[in-house]
Amino acid sequence: MTAKLQLIGLKKKLRGRQVLDGVDLDVAPGKSIVIIGGSGQGKSVTLKCTLGLMKPDSGQVLVDGAEITKMPVEIRARVMRKFGMLFQGAALFDSLSVWENIAFRLIYADNVPRKDARERAIETMRKVRLSPDFADVRPIELSGGMQKRAGLARAIIAKPDILFFDEPTTGLDPITADAINDLIVEMVKELDCAAVSITHDMPSARKISDEIAMLHDGKIVWRGPTSTLDSSGNAMVDQFVAGRADGPIQAVV
Amino acid sequence: MIGLTAVFIGAALALNIYVGGARFNAESFVPNIVVLGITRELGPVLAGLMLAGRVSAGIAAEIGTMRVTEQIDAMTTLSTDPFKFLIAPRVLAAVLTLPVLVAVADIIGVMGGYLVAVNSLDFNGATYLRNTFNFLETQDVVLGLTKAAVFGFIIAVMGAYQGYNSSGGALGVGRATTNAVVGAIVLILAVNYLITAFFVE
Repeated sequence: MTAKLQLIGLKKKLRGRQVLDGVDLDVAPGKSIVIIGGSGQGKSVTLKCTLGLMKPDSGQVLVDGAEITKMPVEIRARVMRKFGMLFQGAALFDSLSVWENIAFRLIYADNVPRKDARERAIETMRKVRLSPDFADVRPIELSGGMQKRAGLARAIIAKPDILFFDEPTTGLDPITADAINDLIVEMVKELDCAAVSITHDMPSARKISDEIAMLHDGKIVWRGPTSTLDSSGNAMVDQFVAGRADGPIQAVV
Repeated sequence: MIGLTAVFIGAALALNIYVGGARFNAESFVPNIVVLGITRELGPVLAGLMLAGRVSAGIAAEIGTMRVTEQIDAMTTLSTDPFKFLIAPRVLAAVLTLPVLVAVADIIGVMGGYLVAVNSLDFNGATYLRNTFNFLETQDVVLGLTKAAVFGFIIAVMGAYQGYNSSGGALGVGRATTNAVVGAIVLILAVNYLITAFFVE
């Protein structure tokens, strides 16, 4: 079976620092993988290179076997239809109402009539358990957790093949975070899509993943099924999971 | 705001030309020089500079904030080209509206000169207006409005460019805004000279 998404030897240098130093990763259809790693180890850059928001210096990103980093922008926009992304701060457009945010892709990229788009937006809001009463308010009036729900609704409305999550639980209280985790698991299962998340929230990582990969110094240093996380035999993973300051990884303060 | 600027500049211009013209008995040229100075030069440049402060800064701050809050990245992942969605409409709007604003500013500026000339310099109102319109040529207006359209382009593009390439949170957005205004002002003045030189030849 070919991988849904495959990263091969991704390298990226930013401000003279080798942030990604040959990242290899593959994600099978319907599987959820979580990339863990400390701050500044290249998690966000990996995600940005994969999404085409940043151009890697070398290496390949394959989606369904097609290399996308060198595609012209117009063609890549088509590949983007397979993607859904939930940004860390939800990144909702504050000049549009909540339903217009959720239906953004339908209205502006797929030319769906506004009336139909609104219906689908409200249907999706129900799915992420966001009351349709909020359809016409501005995103700024929503709480952090509700903004995440709206961002998730926007990511899933066009039924993507691959969902990306950038620290989905950051800035949320533990109960809301857990509700978002449940929602992620549920949506990934319902859409039967692959999922790639980055986080350093370990309870969240355990809950939403089938597999965990650890990124350190721009490379994947360990990867395995979530159930084997505690018996990885990798000193760096052990240190990260236990959250100890002493170990092979030096804390960057 | 542009109307206020124009009326005061027109009035001051009339006074200065009157004083300067009196030195070689050319006071009667006030209407001609006021209308020429305003349509060819002061109308577009002043409107351009004021809008560089207002519009360029506004666009840079708005797009810059969208950049640092990942809204622009989000737009890309939603298969929408941020250039087409955010930048092109703003540039188009500025290119179309600035000439209109400048045309209005020109009229108000000439009015300012007229008011001073008639009320405190003892010009005859009808003669003043006749001299103004007889002297004005189509090419003066075309030059002024061409400048206005180009300045509109500069203002929107500078704001969008600085905003789009901003990074680093509130500090970065502040820097982008400053750079947009300063860049737009300098470019407007330089391009103003180039366009004038081109038209004079």
